[in-house]
Order: sequence, then C-alpha cells, then structure tokens
Amino acid sequence: MSSRMFVALCLAPLLIVAAAFFVLPLARLVVVGASGPDGAAAYLAILTEPRYRESLVATVILAVATTVATLITATIVGLFVQRHDFPGRSVLVALLTFPLALPGVVVGFMIILLAGRQGLIGEVARALTGQRLVFAYAAGGLFLGYLYFSIPRVILTIMASVEKLDPQVEEAARALGAGAWAVHRDVILPALVPAFIASGAICFATAMGAFGTAFTLATRTDVLPMVIYTEFTLNANFAMAAALSVGLGIVTWAALAVSRSAAGTSVAAAG
Amino acid sequence: MIAARLPVALQAAFTVLVTAFLIVPAVMSMLAGVTVQYSRGLSSGLTLEWVVEVWTLYSDTILRSVLIALATLGCTLTIGVPAAYGLQVTGGRIARVIEEIITLPLAIPGLAIALGMIITYGGVGSFRQSSLFILAGHVVFTMPFMIRSVMAVLGVIDLDTLDESAASLGASRWQRFIDVVVPNAIPGILAGSLTVVTLSLGEFNLTWMLHTPLTKTLPVGLADSYASMRLEIASAYTLIFFVLLVPLLAAMQFAARNRATRGRQ
Repeated sequence: MSSRMFVALCLAPLLIVAAAFFVLPLARLVVVGASGPDGAAAYLAILTEPRYRESLVATVILAVATTVATLITATIVGLFVQRHDFPGRSVLVALLTFPLALPGVVVGFMIILLAGRQGLIGEVARALTGQRLVFAYAAGGLFLGYLYFSIPRVILTIMASVEKLDPQVEEAARALGAGAWAVHRDVILPALVPAFIASGAICFATAMGAFGTAFTLATRTDVLPMVIYTEFTLNANFAMAAALSVGLGIVTWAALAVSRSAAGTSVAAAG
Repeated sequence: MIAARLPVALQAAFTVLVTAFLIVPAVMSMLAGVTVQYSRGLSSGLTLEWVVEVWTLYSDTILRSVLIALATLGCTLTIGVPAAYGLQVTGGRIARVIEEIITLPLAIPGLAIALGMIITYGGVGSFRQSSLFILAGHVVFTMPFMIRSVMAVLGVIDLDTLDESAASLGASRWQRFIDVVVPNAIPGILAGSLTVVTLSLGEFNLTWMLHTPLTKTLPVGLADSYASMRLEIASAYTLIFFVLLVPLLAAMQFAARNRATRGRQ
C-alpha cells in the first residue's frame, strides 16, 4: 500500500462522519433558515423583529457583563494562586477548576441551592434582616450561574499567562522605585492583555450560546438560546429557529475567531 | 510593611470567597441528597432513601449515559487516532482546513448543531428514535478534543525518523501505525479519552434536543428532576453524577501533572 493511500484511509472515516453529521446538517440548517414565509429575509429578523432583537440585546448585555466580571474575578484569583505558594495550593486549584466539567443544567441547580426558594443566601438574609432573598429565577440568578461556569475557564488561562511573565521586568520596575500598585498597573496587567482578549472572547462566546443554565432556571430573561428552543418546540417554527441559530452561531464563531487570533487557542462554547 | 501585606490579605480573602462560591453549592447538593429532610438540615438525619429512589426512577438514564460515553470513546478512538496521525503526516493547507472544519462544533452552540441534525435526519425514524442519534452528536462534539490531544503529542516527537527506521526494518504501514505511532501517542490518547468520556457524560445542549422519551440520558434526567422532583431527589441524582465525574477529573489532573513533571525532566 502506498503511503498516500494509507494516509487517505486514516482520514476517510473522519471525513465521512464530519460530512454526514456536521457539515450536511449545518448546510441544511442554513437552507431551512431561508425557507420560511419571509425567505432569506428571516436572517434579518434577529435585528428587525422587536422580540428577537430585544432577546439578542439582553443576551449580549448578559454575556458582556459576565465577561467583565469574570475577567476581574479571575485576574485577582489567578494572580494570587499563581504567585503564592502555600499548603493546599494544588487542592485549591483543583477546587477552583472543578466546575469546568459541570453541564449547564447542573450549574443552574447550584444556583437554585444558593439563591432559590430554599437557598443558602435566602437563609442567611433571613437570619440577618428577617427577609428571605430569592433571586435564582431572575436576571441576577442567571448572571450568577454564568459567572459560575465562566470563572474556572478564565482562571486557568490567566494562571498560565501569569506563569509565563518575565519576573525580571517586574524587578526592574521595582528597582526604579515603582510600588506594588504601579507594578501591577504598568507592568503585569499590560502583559496580560493578550490573555484578557483570548479568554474574554471565549467567555463571551460561551455565555452567548449557553442553554442548560437558563433552561434549569427558566428565568424571565429570554436569552437567545431559550428563544430558539421555544420557537422550535412550542411554536414549531423550524425556519425561524434555524435562522436564529445560524445567527447565534455566527456571533459565537466570530468571537472565538477573535480569541484565536489573540492567543492561538480555542475552547468549547458549551455550557 | 503592613500596608504592603494588606492587598495580599484581601486577595487571599477574595480567593477564598470565590472558591466558596464554586464549591459550597456542590457540597450542599451532595449533603442534601443524603439528608432526610433538606429544610430541617442534617439534624433530620442521614439516609440513602433518596439515592435508592433515584435509582428506581432514573437508572436507565444513568446506564444509557455510561454506554453512550463508552461508545463515544470507542468511535473517537477508532476514527480520531488514525485521523490525528493522518493530519499530522499530511500537514499543510489541506490538514489545516480539515482541522478547522472538525473543530467548528466547538465554536457553534450545540443547539444549532442539534437543530441541523434533526432537520436532516428527523425523517429517518429508526435512527432518530435510537440512542445512535445521540451518539452521532456526541462523536461530532468530542472528536476535536481527541484529535487535538493526540496531535499535540505527535507534534513533539520525531515521527518521520521513527517511521523511517521502522520502515527500513521492514515493518508495513499498518504495523508501523500500531507498533510505533500508537505507543508514542499514548499520553495524548489517554488525556483525550478522559476528556471525551467526561464531556459525553455531561453533554446537555445537544442531547436535550436529540433525545426522545425513550432515549433519556443522565443530564436530560437531571433537568427533568430539577423541574419536577423534590430537592432531595434532585440532589441525590446530582450526587450520583458527581460520583461518576470526580474519578474522571482526578485521573485527568493526575495525567496532566504526570505529563508536566515528565516535560520538566
């Protein structure tokens, strides 16, 4: 058997599976998206139809807020964990990254346990103020859930980047009289900017496409994946669901393309 | 000096707070799954009653998820490992384009992929209604992790030299793949396998769309119990999921650390 032939045989099963279960379905999705009563104009409905546009705006705001809050949190924690050696450090890192493997539905349940009707935060609030605090099923709960699955991913990226920083640059800054705050502002944070862009874009894409968490919390905030799901199952509007999901796919794909050009990596948009 | 230590102390406190946010609800759910009555707390006593009830209600979903995860692993191994080798040997633009396409499922929400699959194969009843439909989705979603993991390892070894020396000793293409390429790729295969099984066990976004009442998986059952069961049962079910997940995560950390120390030597 020629070498070329062997390599082709190695690749053939992959190409068949990818074509049958990914490329073809995606192509059909794009075609069906334009097959509704409005034709290809359905692709503009995400911007022109008020209901879809509001959902898109709400989802983008949620995803941006999640990204900003996650980057700040993960930078503080990542810097601390990477720069200090203390007993139990590896256990702490394991605990911080454990939620990475949790599906979105389970993350939703974690938020119910924290902020639901029998939740911990509610109990604490009642003990302190006499008022039960329940926000798992409102926008606040959704935001908390998105933070929950975003923080572990971003912490890992930040830690890896902090590890690669050149300590000599910081020493030089200190030798020139810069204080701890100035070193962070002028040396460490600027050096982490590529990591912020890369992990921020992944965080944004993941938050845009997340479905399980919103599904479990069944919040009043209609995020785009929930709207697509409703169009498909309750309204049986396949064409609109297809058009909206193609639009969502383009947004998440573009965000990840930004991330890759910043750092040459990409991570799953699942969650 | 005290002023200089203060930010560090704040940072440490913040780190503890974030860790608590991530871990406390997980611990709460594990405890709630073995507590007689959640609203009365642990003082109401410990019980395995809820775990038993979950098993009678949902054991089929747990077994199906394990089977699908193993089948997904089988598919990604038999298809992904040769393909990773093929891509590594081919190189150049063709390999890059193929890699780009097969990693696309990571960049597109599972919901969109699932909709596409339903639109394409919804009419093929026997396929649509079997667990194979879910398996196909899981294979597409996890394949890039296996291929990248194997390619990462193949990329750092001198594949050409190994391959040529084996060829000069008279080994056939197939023998060289099995006896030279695969043993050298083991760390990547192992890491990829753990990722594939973990992802398949927890996959929800695709599976929720692809499942039928007769092909529910563990995460689908979880969503079901969160919506309709009492908190103790939902917690006991989540506990079972954690019991499946934690050994996989521990193995993954162990494998990663092993590789890191070997890399340093």
